[in-house]
Amino acid sequence: MRILPFFLSLLVTVGLVYCLDRPWGQTPVMGRFLSPQHGFWQNAEPTDQDYDGRIKLPGLRAKGEVYFDENLVPHVFAANRRDACYIEGYLHARFRLWQMEFQTFAAAGRISEVLGPGTNNGFIKYDRGMRRLGMITAARHALEAVNEDPETKADCDAYTAGVNAYISGLTASGLPLEYKLLNYAPEPWSNLKTMLFVKYMAFDLAGADNDFPMTNAKAFFTKEQFALLYPEIQDSVDPVIPKGTRFETPHFRPKPPATVDSLYLNSTTTVTDMEKLPDPDNGSNNWAVSGRKTLSGKPILCNDPHLSLTLPSIWYQMQIHTPDYNVYGVSFPGAPYVIIGFNDDCAWGITNSERDVRDYYTIKFKDETRKEYWFNGAWKEATQRVDTILIKGRAPLYDTVATTVFGPVLFDPTYTGFSDEASNKSYAVCWKPAHPSDELKTFRKLQQIRNYSDYKDAIKTFETPGQNFAFADKAGEVALWQQGAFPAKWKEQGRFVMPGEDSSYMWQEDSIPMEENPYMLATDDNRGFVSSANQLPVDTTYPYYLGINFPPYRGLYINRRLNNINSITPADMMSLQTDNHDVFAEMARPLLLRNIEDLRLNDNSRAAERLVEDWNLNDDPDEEAPVIFNYWWNHLQHDIYDDEFSKTSLPLKRPFESTLLEALLKDTAYPFIDDVNTPHKETLPEVVTTAFLQAMNDVAEAAKEDKLTWAKNKDTWIRHNLRLAALSRPHLPIGGGVHCINAAKPLHGPSWRMIVQLTTPTEAYGIYPGGQSGNPGSPYYDTFVDKWAAGKYNTLWIMEPGDVKNQHVKWVMDFSGN
Amino acid sequence: MIAKFIVTTVLIALLSFISGLFLPWWTIAAAAFIVSALIPQQPLVAFLAGFLALFLLWGGMALVIDLANGSILSTRVAGILPLHDSSWALVLVTGLVGALVGGGGSLTASYLQKRKPRAKMK
Repeated sequence: MRILPFFLSLLVTVGLVYCLDRPWGQTPVMGRFLSPQHGFWQNAEPTDQDYDGRIKLPGLRAKGEVYFDENLVPHVFAANRRDACYIEGYLHARFRLWQMEFQTFAAAGRISEVLGPGTNNGFIKYDRGMRRLGMITAARHALEAVNEDPETKADCDAYTAGVNAYISGLTASGLPLEYKLLNYAPEPWSNLKTMLFVKYMAFDLAGADNDFPMTNAKAFFTKEQFALLYPEIQDSVDPVIPKGTRFETPHFRPKPPATVDSLYLNSTTTVTDMEKLPDPDNGSNNWAVSGRKTLSGKPILCNDPHLSLTLPSIWYQMQIHTPDYNVYGVSFPGAPYVIIGFNDDCAWGITNSERDVRDYYTIKFKDETRKEYWFNGAWKEATQRVDTILIKGRAPLYDTVATTVFGPVLFDPTYTGFSDEASNKSYAVCWKPAHPSDELKTFRKLQQIRNYSDYKDAIKTFETPGQNFAFADKAGEVALWQQGAFPAKWKEQGRFVMPGEDSSYMWQEDSIPMEENPYMLATDDNRGFVSSANQLPVDTTYPYYLGINFPPYRGLYINRRLNNINSITPADMMSLQTDNHDVFAEMARPLLLRNIEDLRLNDNSRAAERLVEDWNLNDDPDEEAPVIFNYWWNHLQHDIYDDEFSKTSLPLKRPFESTLLEALLKDTAYPFIDDVNTPHKETLPEVVTTAFLQAMNDVAEAAKEDKLTWAKNKDTWIRHNLRLAALSRPHLPIGGGVHCINAAKPLHGPSWRMIVQLTTPTEAYGIYPGGQSGNPGSPYYDTFVDKWAAGKYNTLWIMEPGDVKNQHVKWVMDFSGN
Repeated sequence: MIAKFIVTTVLIALLSFISGLFLPWWTIAAAAFIVSALIPQQPLVAFLAGFLALFLLWGGMALVIDLANGSILSTRVAGILPLHDSSWALVLVTGLVGALVGGGGSLTASYLQKRKPRAKMK
């Protein structure tokens, strides 16, 4: 034996193996990752992959079959609802495991655990924010509520068993790609994880508020300025429930506290903390037209929920057939049932209500231990808990959180959210979704609804996030309810941070009764359709305060179009759902064009002006005019507001686009037009023209980067949940935008377009920007993306029990019990 | 000589493949070590046998998988690593990483033998 070379060679080899068997920074374990028998190559499915299988699920009550069609959409035939949930859990895990679990990590504030601290500790801040908001407590409360609802609990148990049946059969080499990239493994599923997912949706859809920036704005601006910047209602709005509708006499009138002026509305307190907020444009469109307006004489229902555009998609398409019901639509990987869809009798679709259910209270603690706070004239003990935040590659962080009668203390001197500024103030958050509620019950029932009264019964227990539930059935009923548990608020309650030294500012009634929630039936005597697009739900005669975060434009345009169209076919609905008409530009363009000072233009800019003038107002992918228009409007907003807003470092919220447009339409001498930094008094034509010339510079820059057409300039992506470009679908050739029905923004937009005509048999179409498989190594990872971008639809094939030999059936999974 | 080299190479690849079915990825080093310990060869020859065995095994498996997959995944993973979205580069890197580890295992084993005087041709 040659001792020296042996040990040298051994050392080098062992060293090499050691280096390849551990992660370096954020890299995967390269040896294992590259090994064709262990690593990512195992995730590369053959393009002719056979999905057939015989699967034993312990405890399944009877046999079940799943038939996959050419798009890998499963058609589940189960003997009963519980078995259907069991199989659904298995399928979600089989095709979407990583995403399902990652979403629950995001919900529970556990991102740092798998991704590390993040840039500028961003992931840690995020995690602390979610924990402090009380996401885990909220999920536990939801679990308690479900445990008192035996049918939903049994379904959740079955769903969990299905997910775990898949996980327990997984080997390390069979793990989804993302686990290998990040070097971790899935935990067993539980009903709590399902509830965490449900609460994540509540965070996404009912987590928005602007209490801090509005509090600052109230302190910084004069009353007159404030009223001009943040009006409570837009002139152009066409509410979900038409103006003039009479509302029930409220059974209860919330009263503002006696100190409302002195301690609240006239208070000049300010806040530097910064919240983590969901996308402000989480919204959606839905509408349903009665048979009177359709060619077939039967109602048509349409829905396109707008969410972050992600791969894998938030949706998983499926049909579930049992002897009791037959439902088709999209489900959430992470929860049982179909969320948006139709059955043999009815169809339903949802949009977000945008009601404000998240309010803050200033807490006065006795000392830095935050163990006692001043409440109703005495020091009251706060409960405290310690959250352990695990951080990949670092020691855990222990976060002490105090809880008050209002709710958890989200911000205190130890946590300022995403603000870098130190603060010695503490704010407790009162958030409706943290209260116990059982939302899954609604979807359990919706699957089986037969008529309008079933639908009402299904949605009556739905609490958060408040939604506009559109409904249509084959008997011809068409309806929409804005349903949720909304606190009854006095005017401007919770618009700003409220005093938390006594109980007078608390929500006086937690939940307005369902009968008083806004609703509408489409009948022969009225307009014959219902619709919602996150606009203000009702006019000002509604007796409760709603908040002010309601975009007006999509709803306005949908109602205009639906009013003017009859003999509607599903094809008409497709062109409406993918319509790129920019109703904001329609209203803003005349104002801009009539105020431009021609003397300041040259030939080049005159040509650009003509492009805007001749534009058909569609934000189409290849148009240049929307690019110019958007630069123009953005500069105008900045030129008008920057001088005032830059006078403070406090976080403020810029006024909505509708606010500025409506102000300028009403008053060409809008006070903010004047630049306070110059002695000269600017006029509207001056600023409009200056903004246009500034836009010309942007246009020249965009031309250099080949970003002169709308699709390229806007640049819509379907982005992987880990934000890895290589796993995303970037640069899609799609038009539309925030004010269009086709609300495709850069990373956000129509996440599922569905059209259901309630004829017999049902005629349905749908598409989502993703694919049925969550595996980036599958040909079904992004199947629908190009078709979605092009505004095309898949015909939804509704399988009947006798269709086993149908040409659509490509693969079969047989499920059996013990 | 050449036959011995080929037999060694094939055996290393075979044992590596079998161990990879049940054991962690790095057992390829052990597989190369064991085979090379049982079939003594000159260090350089042993290294080449281990290197080639794993290059062909890992590169070959990767290639077969990649062809069946139409390079869907390799293009994406090559984008992450980053290898300029090149499937070929990823197959090559896969083969080379396996090859270095396999070669190392074989080389180490070859030093278990005493240095032989240059063998006389029989």
